[in-house]
Amino acid sequence: MDDDAEIVAEFLVESHENLDQLDRDLVALEQDPTSRDLLSSVFRAIHTIKGTSGFLAFGRLEQLTHVGENLLARLRDGQLQLDSELAGTLLRLVDTVRDLLASIERTGTDTDPAVSAEAVAAELERALSGPPADAVPAEIEAAEAAPVADEPVAAEPEPEPAPETPDEAGAPSIVDATVRVDVELLDSLVQMVGELVLTRNQILQRCDDSADVELVRASQRLDLVASELQEGVMRTRMQPIGQVWSKMPRVVRDLAHQLGREVDLRMEGHDTELDRSLLEALKGPLTHLVRNALDHGIEPPEERAAAGKPPAGSLCLRAYHESGQVVVEIADDGRGMDPVRIGEIALARGVVTPETLRRMEPRELLDLVFRPGFSTAATITNVSGRGVGMDVVRTNIDRIGGSVDLVSSPGAGTTVRVRIPLTLAIIPALVVGERGERYAIPQANLVELVRLDGDDLAQDLEIVAGAPVLRLRGRLLPLVHLGEALGRPRTEDGAITVVVVQADESRFGLCVSEVHDTQEIVVKPIGRQLRGLPMYAGATIMGDGRVALILDVAGLAPPPSAVVAEEAAGTAQAATDTVSLLVLESMPGHRAALPLGSVSRLEEFPASAIERTGRTEVVQYRDGILPLLRLGTLVGLDESVVPREPDARVSVVVHDGPYGLVGIVIEKVLDVVEQQCVPTDVGRRAGVLGSAVVQGRVTELIDLDAVVGNLAVLAGVA
Amino acid sequence: MATTAVETAGTIRVPDQVCTFWVDGLFLGIAVEQVQEVLRGQPMTPVPRAPDAVRGLINLRGQIVAAVDLRRRLGLSLDGRDEPLNVIVNSRGEVVSLLVDDIGDVLDTQGVNVVPVPTNLPAPVQEVVTGALPLPGSILLLVDADHAIDASAAPALAVLPQPDHSNGGTP
Repeated sequence: MDDDAEIVAEFLVESHENLDQLDRDLVALEQDPTSRDLLSSVFRAIHTIKGTSGFLAFGRLEQLTHVGENLLARLRDGQLQLDSELAGTLLRLVDTVRDLLASIERTGTDTDPAVSAEAVAAELERALSGPPADAVPAEIEAAEAAPVADEPVAAEPEPEPAPETPDEAGAPSIVDATVRVDVELLDSLVQMVGELVLTRNQILQRCDDSADVELVRASQRLDLVASELQEGVMRTRMQPIGQVWSKMPRVVRDLAHQLGREVDLRMEGHDTELDRSLLEALKGPLTHLVRNALDHGIEPPEERAAAGKPPAGSLCLRAYHESGQVVVEIADDGRGMDPVRIGEIALARGVVTPETLRRMEPRELLDLVFRPGFSTAATITNVSGRGVGMDVVRTNIDRIGGSVDLVSSPGAGTTVRVRIPLTLAIIPALVVGERGERYAIPQANLVELVRLDGDDLAQDLEIVAGAPVLRLRGRLLPLVHLGEALGRPRTEDGAITVVVVQADESRFGLCVSEVHDTQEIVVKPIGRQLRGLPMYAGATIMGDGRVALILDVAGLAPPPSAVVAEEAAGTAQAATDTVSLLVLESMPGHRAALPLGSVSRLEEFPASAIERTGRTEVVQYRDGILPLLRLGTLVGLDESVVPREPDARVSVVVHDGPYGLVGIVIEKVLDVVEQQCVPTDVGRRAGVLGSAVVQGRVTELIDLDAVVGNLAVLAGVA
Repeated sequence: MATTAVETAGTIRVPDQVCTFWVDGLFLGIAVEQVQEVLRGQPMTPVPRAPDAVRGLINLRGQIVAAVDLRRRLGLSLDGRDEPLNVIVNSRGEVVSLLVDDIGDVLDTQGVNVVPVPTNLPAPVQEVVTGALPLPGSILLLVDADHAIDASAAPALAVLPQPDHSNGGTP
C-alpha cells in the first residue's frame, strides 16, 4: 500500500506539471490554432494522464481524459478547428482534471461528487460529434450526466463536505512540497559542503589549543552546523532504490515467461536511499543478479513440484541500511548451489588447481563463481551464461567500493548480498606518511595493519629472489614498498608497518613508514596531466589545507610475477596458461619447480634440528611434528653425496595437503616466476611430471601429489 | 634580418592583450583571457612518478590544481631561481598553474606584428610557443597555454608500465 501511495504521489506531481504546461499551451493555441507542435504537446499531456490514471484505477479521471484525448486527436489531425469556444471547453477539461487530482490527493480516490467530471465529458463528446449551432450550458447537462456515472457516487459519503476552494486551502499541496533541482547544482553544493567541512577541520585544529573561550564555543557550534549541513546536503543526492526496483516486476515477468518459470516477486525497502551515482552503478549488476536467480536459481514448475516445493518460485529483493552501508539482498528459493559441483566446474575450467581446491572450505568454493571465466550454466542461454557473469558483477560492485557475497544451500535457494557505501564523494580513508608526504588509502581497500619489529621482522619477512614477502598466518603475502612504488629510494629501519590491502582479486602488503589516522576525506579529481598515473585515485585536501594524494590500490598492486597468492597458480597440465612457479634446486645444480599455490610457507631449520621417528625424518614445528621428505631422493637423485654439517641450514617448503602439513626439504629457493609453461615428457618419472624451460633453463616440474604420496607409504611402513 | 621568413604570420592568432612573464630570461606572454589569476608561492604537494614538468599539486581555494614548471617544460636551466610564481590559466575547462620566475605587465598587443618563431629555438620551446612579437628592446614569445600544459603529460609517462585495468563492460 505504501508503494501505491508513493506511485500516486509521483503521478500527482507529474500530472500537475503537465497541466500547468497544458494551460500555457492552450492559451498559446488560441493565438495560433493550427500549430501542430502545440497540439501534439497538449495531446501528449492528456494522453499521459489518461494512461497513468487507467493504470492506477482512477476510472472517472480516465474516462474524462479519454474523451478529451479523442477530441484532441481530431484537432491534431485537422478534422476539427480550434475556436475560442472549443478552447474554453478544453480549459474546462484541464480545470476538471485538476479538481479530480486534488480530490485524489485529499481522499485517495477520484469519486468526489463535487467534481462534475461527467458534465465536462459530455460537453467534450458534444464537441466531438460536430460543431453544434449553440453551446448548451454545461449545468443542464450535468443534471443528466450525473446518474450515468459508473462510480458508486452515492455509496461514498465524503467525510469532508467538498471544500470550497481546494487550491487555496491551508495545507500545502504535494506539488508545493517538492522542488525539482538541477543535478549539477546539487553536485556543486556537495562540493562546497566538502570545502566547508575541510575549513571546519582546519579551524577546529587551531581552536583546540586556543585560550579564547568564545572562539572555542563558536568553533564547536561551527562543527555541529557543518556536520548537519553536510548530512543534509548529502541527503539531497539520495534517491530511493525503488527507482531501480520499479523496473524489476517487468524484467522478472518477461524473463519468467521466456524461461518458463513461475515467479513470485517480493520487494522490501523501496525507500532505502543511496547516492544517485551509486544507484546508477547498481542498476546493471542488480539486473544481472535477478536474471541469474531466474535462470540458474528457480527451477521450472515441474521440477519444483517434484522436489515438493510450490510451483511458483519466490524471488525476494530486500534493501536496508546497515552500519553506514546499503545492503541489497537478492534471495531465491531455487535449487541453490552445490559447493562440490562448483569445485568440479572450477577445476574443469582451469579456474583452480586440484591442490587449492582441496584446501578450500565450502564458503570459498561458492566464491569461485566470482572468478573470471566461471559460469555454471549447463547450456548457454541468451539470458545468462555467456561466461561473463558474476565476475563482472563483482568487478562493477568493487568499483564503487562495495562487496558481493553469497550464501546458498543446495535445494533451498541462494541469497546474494551486495553491500555498497552510501556515497562516493566523501569516503573514510587511512592516512599514511611516506617521506614527509601524506597519502590516503580508501578504507574500502583496507584489510588490516601489521607492525613488525625486532624478531618478528627478522622471522616473518623474507626476500624471495629479491621480492619481499611477508609470512602472515601461514600465507605468503607479497609486499610493496610504498616509497619504492612511488620511485623513491627505500629507507631501512628497525621496524616496518604493513598495510594489508585488497584490490580486485589480489591482496598484498603495502609497507609505509608512518600511519597517521583515519579521516573522512573528500575525493577530488586530479588534472589531465596526472590522469595516466595508475597509482592515484584522486587527491584530497587535508586539515592543514595541503593536498594529499589518494592511492589507487589496484594501481599499486605488485606486477603479476610477484603476486604470490591465494590465487590459483595453475598446474603444469594447464598447458599454455601462465603459471606461478616456485623455482628451486632439489639438489645442488638440479633445477625444479613447484606450483606456487601449493606452497604455504618457506622455512629454514638447522640440520641438527632434524630428528627421526621410524624411517621418517621430522622436525618440531609450531608445537607439533612436521614430517620431512627429501625432494632430491624422491625424484630419484642421490642424496648421500652431500654430507651436512650440524649447523648447516636446511631449506624446507611447507605444503599443506591431504596428509596435513608436510615439509619438503630442498637445496635452496631460487625464484618465483610467472610465465607460460610448456611441459614436455623429458625426464618424466616418479615424482616428476616432466621438464619445461623456465627462465631459459630446463627445469623439472615436480609432481607434488606423487611426492607427498610417499609420506603415506613411509607412514604405512613405519 | 628576418625578411626571408615565409609569411605564415597570418595564421597566428594574436590576442588583444597579453599577460607577460619571465622564465629563465625568456620574455613570454599568454592571452589575458586565459589567465585567471597570479599567485605567490603556494604549498605544493609533489606527485611521485608524475611527468617531469609537473611540480606538484596546489590547493586553489578547494580546487586541486596541477602546477606545471615552465622551466622544465621548456627545457631550460633550473639554476638560480627564487620561489616561482603561479600563473593560473584556464585551458579547455581545466585550471592549471604555470610556474614562472617573475610576472610582467599586461601588454596591449593590438596591431602589433607577429612573426613566426625563429626556427633555431630549442624544440621544447618551439612546441609551446606559437609566435613572436618583436617589441622595441625585447622579443615577446606567445605561449599557447593548451600546449604548455598538454604535452607535459606525454614524455615522462611513456616510461611507466601501465597495468591493464580493462575489466570489460557490463554484460
